[in-house]
Amino acid sequence: MASVPLSQDSRFGLRRQVRLAGPLQLSSGAALGPVDIAYETYGAMNADRSNVILICHALTGDQYVASDHPATGKPGWWWRLVGADKPVDPARHFIVCANVIGSCMGSSGPASIDPAIGDSYAMRFPVLTIADMVRAQAMLLDHLGVDRLHAVIGGSMGGMQALTWPTIFPDRVESCIVIASTARHSAQNIAFHEVGRQAIMADPNWRGGDYYADGQIPSAGLAVARMAAHITYLSEAGLTEKFGRRLQGRPENPNGAKTFGFDADFQVESYLRHQGLSFVERFDANSYLYITRAMDYYDIADDHGGSLAKAFAASQARFCLVSFDTDWLYPTAESRIIVHALNAGGAQASFVELSSPFGHDAFLLECPELNRVVDGFLKGGRA
Amino acid sequence: MSASLRPDLSLIARTVRQSARVLDVGCGDGALMAALRDAKQVDARGLEIDGSNVAAAVGRGLSVVQGDADTDLRYYPDASFDYAILSQTLQTTRRPDLVVEELLRIGRQAFVSFPNFAHWRGRISLLWGGRMPVTRLLPDTWYDTLNIHHVTVDDFRALVKERGWSIDGQWFLTGDKETTHANANLFAEHAVFLLRK
Repeated sequence: MASVPLSQDSRFGLRRQVRLAGPLQLSSGAALGPVDIAYETYGAMNADRSNVILICHALTGDQYVASDHPATGKPGWWWRLVGADKPVDPARHFIVCANVIGSCMGSSGPASIDPAIGDSYAMRFPVLTIADMVRAQAMLLDHLGVDRLHAVIGGSMGGMQALTWPTIFPDRVESCIVIASTARHSAQNIAFHEVGRQAIMADPNWRGGDYYADGQIPSAGLAVARMAAHITYLSEAGLTEKFGRRLQGRPENPNGAKTFGFDADFQVESYLRHQGLSFVERFDANSYLYITRAMDYYDIADDHGGSLAKAFAASQARFCLVSFDTDWLYPTAESRIIVHALNAGGAQASFVELSSPFGHDAFLLECPELNRVVDGFLKGGRA
Repeated sequence: MSASLRPDLSLIARTVRQSARVLDVGCGDGALMAALRDAKQVDARGLEIDGSNVAAAVGRGLSVVQGDADTDLRYYPDASFDYAILSQTLQTTRRPDLVVEELLRIGRQAFVSFPNFAHWRGRISLLWGGRMPVTRLLPDTWYDTLNIHHVTVDDFRALVKERGWSIDGQWFLTGDKETTHANANLFAEHAVFLLRK
């Protein structure tokens, strides 16, 4: 088979979007069609199409894994792992990253137009699961002419998708890298998400999700949801080191002062408010509801008669799991549960807990050991 | 086989069959696994407690899981490997007897290698010096050593007999050289046993 001439094929490149007829059969029993998927590809497929790597993004992530974000101008969210001379390298790999369905960066989600009514789906959008996101990615790969993945890689919710891939498509996955993730959402995970959803739905602007027409979005609720979630991405030690009890400087008082009021006196308050405010500019509140819901329903063992080992029985994939010692959102114990299930099934599995002060967010930050592990694991499959 | 391997590992590597399935418990940075993979096409898996060792091993393309021999072996199914290997790790486990039981459940055979605490240098050091031996093979002082269950060749043989295990092979090392079986408990610095249930 000849190498695919990428330059002449509009399916490949940056800032792609495709409308696939579907319908996509969903876990709930509903169907979604047509299915829009926004995605990017980097590098070129080799002649035998054996160098394809799918990158899966986290809850509020996007397809811009290794290129500047068109709105914020920031570098790709995983530029430390994906790019020239990185473990995942367009010079060697054909890399695909797609916006998950349910999201708001160009893939079908609650803000999309429902062709049946000519208006936004809003809360009429079907409730999704992580497995549905994976099935939509598989539709995209069909469209791109990709049968098998050399690797599927993700962190956090991206790790949930990566881990789900070999359970649904055992013949399409050669290796699977799951970073700072889990095989199921815990009660604590669900609880934090419920706080976020209630904050959004309690905002008077939410109006049952029908806020698209007048642009009066539930920004206060979404900002609170983001603030609460953001705390779970950081470690206590990290917050203390970054902010401690330091007060926020103001023009009239550069060192800050207690106002004996309810302004953001503390730097950590100011930081969180900023995180919340900047988030509402780039993310849709209804998408936040749908994606957190998908994560809460996520429990791979439950989908396989309660046995996690059974879920991977049909797969020949190699697995690499990485956790971080200060991640209390998806702690090391969750990765160990996966590793034990893989060992029980005789799968080729690697697992390491890396050390980082940064909590769950560590998977996105500078971590030379993570790069070494991912690089070695990917190359190990070629030995 | 790689000349840079530790002598006990080199001996194990020579003995393992071509294309065998091997679980290396306490695999360190994966030196033995890599040698077995490259020279004998062995399907090697590792278990290692130290995170930076695991990262190094995975970085060289090996399948290694971070975990503890005392607690994590129970997740491996019966007879899922041809060999389970425990090299220089026995004396660091909380319950060496239970760990060897697990090795013999998971592997059809098990290699166990350990430093012989009854080597004459250690005996003299204890007899004349009255202090816990600090030797080439046991370089740490009593308070910072990872070795919490010092064992001699004769102790180990007694355990094997008591549990009814069979010895398929035994090798003794002094320095980098294989040494005689005669009076191994006195003259061997290091012992390697190949056991089966």
